[in-house]
Amino acid sequence: MMGFNSGSNRLDTSAQALRRTSFWFAVIALLCLFCADLDISTSDPWHELGLMTAGALSPSVWSWPTLLTSLANTFAFALQGVALAAVVGFCLALGYKFTIVRAFCAFIRSIHELFWALLFIQIAGLSSLTGLLAIAIPYAGTLAKIYGELFEEVDLAPGDNSPAARHSLIDFLYTVLPMAWRPMVTYTSYRFECAIRSSAILGFVGLPTLGFHLETALGEGHYSEAAAYFYALLLLIGTLRFWLQKWLLPVYLIGVFYYLPPEAQISWDLIVRFVTDDIVPAPLRGAELFTTATLGEFANWFTLLWQQQMWPGLINTVVLGQISLVFTGLLALLLFPLNSALFFKRWGRSAGDGLLILLRTVPEYLLAFVGLLVLGPSMLPAILALGIHNGAIIGHLVGRHTEELRLRADSGRGLNLYFYEVLPRIYRQFLAFLFYRWEVILRETAILGILGIATLGFYIDSAFEEFRFDRAFILILASALLNISVDQFARRIRLRLHLKTTPESL
Amino acid sequence: MTALTDQPLFELKDSRLEYQQKTVLDNLSLAIYSGERVALVGGSGAGKSTLLKALREQRPDQVAWCPQQPGLVPMLSAFHNIYMGALDRHSFLYNLGNLIKPLPAARHQVSEIAQTIGLQEHLYNSVDKLSGGQQQRTSIGRALIQQRDIFIGDEPVANVDDYQAESLLKLICNSHPTVVLALHDVEQALQFCTRVIGLKDGAIVLDAPSDQLQVSDLASLYQAN
Repeated sequence: MMGFNSGSNRLDTSAQALRRTSFWFAVIALLCLFCADLDISTSDPWHELGLMTAGALSPSVWSWPTLLTSLANTFAFALQGVALAAVVGFCLALGYKFTIVRAFCAFIRSIHELFWALLFIQIAGLSSLTGLLAIAIPYAGTLAKIYGELFEEVDLAPGDNSPAARHSLIDFLYTVLPMAWRPMVTYTSYRFECAIRSSAILGFVGLPTLGFHLETALGEGHYSEAAAYFYALLLLIGTLRFWLQKWLLPVYLIGVFYYLPPEAQISWDLIVRFVTDDIVPAPLRGAELFTTATLGEFANWFTLLWQQQMWPGLINTVVLGQISLVFTGLLALLLFPLNSALFFKRWGRSAGDGLLILLRTVPEYLLAFVGLLVLGPSMLPAILALGIHNGAIIGHLVGRHTEELRLRADSGRGLNLYFYEVLPRIYRQFLAFLFYRWEVILRETAILGILGIATLGFYIDSAFEEFRFDRAFILILASALLNISVDQFARRIRLRLHLKTTPESL
Repeated sequence: MTALTDQPLFELKDSRLEYQQKTVLDNLSLAIYSGERVALVGGSGAGKSTLLKALREQRPDQVAWCPQQPGLVPMLSAFHNIYMGALDRHSFLYNLGNLIKPLPAARHQVSEIAQTIGLQEHLYNSVDKLSGGQQQRTSIGRALIQQRDIFIGDEPVANVDDYQAESLLKLICNSHPTVVLALHDVEQALQFCTRVIGLKDGAIVLDAPSDQLQVSDLASLYQAN
């Protein structure tokens, strides 16, 4: 057929490696779809959706004091948490070249803030200290990673020229820190927005933030009331940049610590019992270690836990995570033109990006909760929630990235422009964003179990409800290990595909 | 195309052309007719690229465009980059299928062009793996596949050697009735074009049939004031 062509007919392009990786991810997600429970179990989802829409269009505040208090609490937990996390994260980042510090940071951030909250509730109750620590601990791990990587990145050039005293504190303060400062501030303020979402969600396990009232109102079908809380959350996040000025920060910080001092009724006995007894696997408690009988019992205990909870939980977490990851990617590719001047001009683009920011602002946990009410318990609402939230985040970033593209004057239009000119050019960056987000998606997947989808979070939540803290603890460790492995795997793929490895606002 | 010889294809009357908000050419009047092969010559910064861009914008749907920066999609194959010139002639679904896996008819058409521009060896390699000259030939291929009557090229053969440059220019001139080229090589300008326009200091300082010009006549265009 191609007799006149002496060259090879096989494509050998740099797009191929990216295509292959995407292909296998899609195949795995398709296989996962076969194992996933995607049923719609409510009898009339449209009816429920209608009621919700009606509620969303007629928000009503039942009690202003309750609304304002929960709004203030949400803000206070978030600001306290991020402030503490920034200080601790900064200190950890100074030692980021040590493997042990990296591992520690990876560990504390691999446990979701809701799991931290469930743990601290056992020790410190539903207190302001619990709220602060639940946010501060995982965020410290994340910020330490970001700061640490920023320091490494800028540590090369000017420092080399300064005489002798390398890596002294003075050296660090004069060369590294000034260069890393701006991205640090940008990233920390982005994280603060995330912390407000986390803080609101902490209400779902009982803390007095917006989520508490949202869950109650939604659960009881009071959609107008729920809408008011929801809009309050959107307003809080949406107006941040107008009133959260840098020079006002000290005022706000003093304010939130005065308003909601971190305190709790702590009994040391309780803490000691929790650490030395409650979370110790039941067969090992008070028993003589290293005897055949104890070890045999422990083996039985663990096998049972593995067969009945850990393994199914892990499988469901991975299945749901894979499907959600690919769905997130597809949505991001579909949505990014909304924030791209190549496809929409002026007003169209402003409206499009507004939509993406709105979708990003809604916490995925809340989306999944609403999805469950409409569609009934299955993986479907979880996939939709994770996809919409994360797809909007990545879509927004990819869209902004298209500003850097320089296209020919005679490039195609519409779909031809999208597929031939833009998609190949942004695909590498898109994958980098997506693989960054992978760990986050998996963390969220586990946590959605609390809503009744049988991922690890489901078994963790049940273990807490039955006061079987030993099980809960092991299961949380399992979820942490899973997240760390995925993070490492994603990192390896990013390196192999030469994807940009420094993070942006993800 | 049924162009009347007295009706110019491109016409500028006392025009002012800007590049990045700065006036590059002022009070410019110029008419180019169907069938002419025009060379724009002049030092760098004389406004050749700006003028070519303005000409293309007058008839975007009739012009096969070959800019100085090829602007190819680096991670796609030369095949796909050439095929991009023919996107308008096919349905979207055909284009999409061809992007995923090159389709027989498109392969046939593109290989014929690759043959003429000497790119068949590397047709299925991505252009980020090609040399500057090979990228330039890909860009010419993208213009050729459009099968249009007018070719506008900005230094289309600057990155290939003299021998290849000659055969590529011959190909370009044989495939398009009307050609407008920016060329820094004045010998090529005199050899392949029927008319030479010299630009200097924001104005046309020379406009003559090439058979009335010598290489030495054009030298002053490149001299500093």
